Amino acid sequence: MATTVIPAQPASKPVNYLTNGFTLKSWLLTTDHKRIAILYLISVTMFFFLGGFFAMLIRLELLTPQGDLMHADTYNKVFTAHGMIMVFFFLIPVVPAILGNFLVPLMVGAKDLAFPRINLLSWYLYIIAGGMMLHVLLNGGVDTGWTLYSPFSTQFSNTNVIEAGLAVFVVGFSSIFTGLNFIVTIHRMRAPGLTWSRLPLFVWAQYATSLIMILGTPVIAITTVMLAVERLFHLGIFDPKLGGDPLLFQHLFWFYSHPAVYIMILPSMGVISELIACFSHKRIFGYKIVALSSIAIAVIGFLVWAHHMFVAGISLYAALIFSFITFFVGVPSAIKIFNWTATLYRGSVSFATPMLYAFGFIGLFTIGGLTGLFLASLGIDVHVTDTYFVVSHFHYVMVGGVVMGYLGGMHFWWPKITGRMYPEGWAKLSALFVFVGFNLTFFPQFILGYVGMPRRYWQYPPEFQVLNVLSTAGASVLAVGYLLPMIYFAWSLRYGPIADANPWGAAGLEWQTASPPPTFNFDETPVVTWEAYNYDEIEPKHDIGGPVER
Amino acid sequence: MSDSHATAVDTADPPQLRHHFADMEQQKNSASLGMWLFLVTEIMFFGGLFCAYLIYRLMHFNAFAAASQQLDIRWGAFNTAVLLISSVTVVLAVRAAQDGSRKQLVAYLIVTVLLGLTFLGVKAIEYKEKFEKHHVPGPTFAFTNTFDDNGKQIPVNPKEAELFYSLYFAMTGMHALHMIIGCGLFSVLAILAWKGHYSPGYYTPIENAGLYWHLVDIIWIYLFPLLYLISRHS
Repeated sequence: MATTVIPAQPASKPVNYLTNGFTLKSWLLTTDHKRIAILYLISVTMFFFLGGFFAMLIRLELLTPQGDLMHADTYNKVFTAHGMIMVFFFLIPVVPAILGNFLVPLMVGAKDLAFPRINLLSWYLYIIAGGMMLHVLLNGGVDTGWTLYSPFSTQFSNTNVIEAGLAVFVVGFSSIFTGLNFIVTIHRMRAPGLTWSRLPLFVWAQYATSLIMILGTPVIAITTVMLAVERLFHLGIFDPKLGGDPLLFQHLFWFYSHPAVYIMILPSMGVISELIACFSHKRIFGYKIVALSSIAIAVIGFLVWAHHMFVAGISLYAALIFSFITFFVGVPSAIKIFNWTATLYRGSVSFATPMLYAFGFIGLFTIGGLTGLFLASLGIDVHVTDTYFVVSHFHYVMVGGVVMGYLGGMHFWWPKITGRMYPEGWAKLSALFVFVGFNLTFFPQFILGYVGMPRRYWQYPPEFQVLNVLSTAGASVLAVGYLLPMIYFAWSLRYGPIADANPWGAAGLEWQTASPPPTFNFDETPVVTWEAYNYDEIEPKHDIGGPVER
Repeated sequence: MSDSHATAVDTADPPQLRHHFADMEQQKNSASLGMWLFLVTEIMFFGGLFCAYLIYRLMHFNAFAAASQQLDIRWGAFNTAVLLISSVTVVLAVRAAQDGSRKQLVAYLIVTVLLGLTFLGVKAIEYKEKFEKHHVPGPTFAFTNTFDDNGKQIPVNPKEAELFYSLYFAMTGMHALHMIIGCGLFSVLAILAWKGHYSPGYYTPIENAGLYWHLVDIIWIYLFPLLYLISRHS
């Protein structure tokens, strides 16, 4: 009676990767792939909002036909900053470096990636490159556009092109190391019984992405080196006066930068495959063909680069061939869309937030992909090259595709990453904001481009104003849609309902370990005896993680 | 846990086994695949330069042929021989590591570094010659007309010859940078080998550094004919 036992700390609570060390050093020198994913999450999110800030500046300038908010030179620097940050510091790393880093070892049943220290190095390279990029911005920015086209970038621009180019070089090695790590991990570290045909489609997508990272990124690296050397020593590699050829720069640049588009979209497609299967509670339709279509996109994607150069003066026959192959690369993408919708058929479909993003992805990516076919046709491309039609097309793929997939994936795996559920009602609201805001922003730009508004100008004829105002209004809605998850994700870290190991009733090895997972992922190395997406063997959950109807 | 997967070369609990691998074999295979993938990125990296060189060689054939004939084929051939011998010593180093003969391993690594430094020294002599002949691209560049074997003058645009030398310096310079990195790498490995870090059960770093060295060697095997030889066929 006298012995009032002080209730002990829940000592039975197992240590997970988040509670395994709380010092700054335990984070900054970690080799745990899950912690590195969190480091990437924080830094990539910062760059996303920085890039978004520049996007808002662009939209504000375009609210009126006159160039009244900033000078033309400033506008050039603003859209360059937006492009460079979003492409190299957000879209390329976002899904592989955050979700891929976190999930690939879990999904293949490994304790970590094959090279944990190289993984940490890749984050530091990202940070160094990010620091260089910020240094460039603080010292007046760059005005070449993210494409760094010669001869403007090599002879005429008075801005800090070399440092920006070197930032691209360094961040490229960050992505090479991520890709190299994934390929080796997927080849060598799969759990016993986990054959290639049992791998989740997310892993297949990461594998295809990594192939492009390995084969493409070194080419942009040497291209930026040539650019820097030409600027420094006034060589003539891309200068026709000195015997060089500016087209060579475009070829080398797009040899990487077009496949880079697939570096961005393929991982998100992998996310969507997981979401569609889980929330249809059904094995994905045509597993093998979906897996191989990722590889097909990676391979064919290397053969289409010159469709960015139809008006640059390449030979007509080359243009015809590149046009044809560009149509051809649409086939594996279309296969994915067909198979996802076929998976829905007679599935037990539920509408949790991740699934809303998956639906958003399918709709928006289809529009983005189909307008890509418009642009692949030579006649239309000549008409709309360098107009807002192109801008709208790639934003439908990059924002409507990549970001929707990323947000869907973040909601889906948030309970696994943090051990907490996000608030479902707010999440659905923000998904709505994102979808409506996105379409309001970018659909008017299709029309603007088709009727002739060129990209990269800070002023425009007054008859374009209505559509531009709509677009800017949509951007504001979109901004709210992106800020809301920041707030409720942060809120849920402390107040969100505790998530169990498998809150969605999902298939996949990552759901068989605790949420959040222990440092070495699995208490015992799993042995896989089942096919991927064995949903017919899994009891559907009727109260998924709280207020989700099924 | 590693015991269940133990292989012939596996000791009971090898200290080099990193926590996330099941056994040494998996670790070795992973490191090896990782190295091969890195070599692929290197090939793509140099591929950009080779591509630029070949395109401009076709566009400005006369100038490139004339400029190419100004290179000293004897130095190039000598360096090719040096590099080929160094590839042999690397292989012998790997063999020594497999056999566990530490002194031989260190000796072969040091010889490799010395051969690498010889190559770089010769390269420096060649660069100096270019500097003296005003063949370094830039404001001081000058290129006098050349004659073919029949004494006929080859019309050459000096700007195009300058482009040849731009690419010559970019390609051999990037190659030399890789040689310097390789020499540093083998120096570190020699010290570690001397301290007894490697054994027949664990010599992956030697093998992977060897792969890197062979690649740098192979790149030179392509650079030498492209820059020095193919315009001298007559």
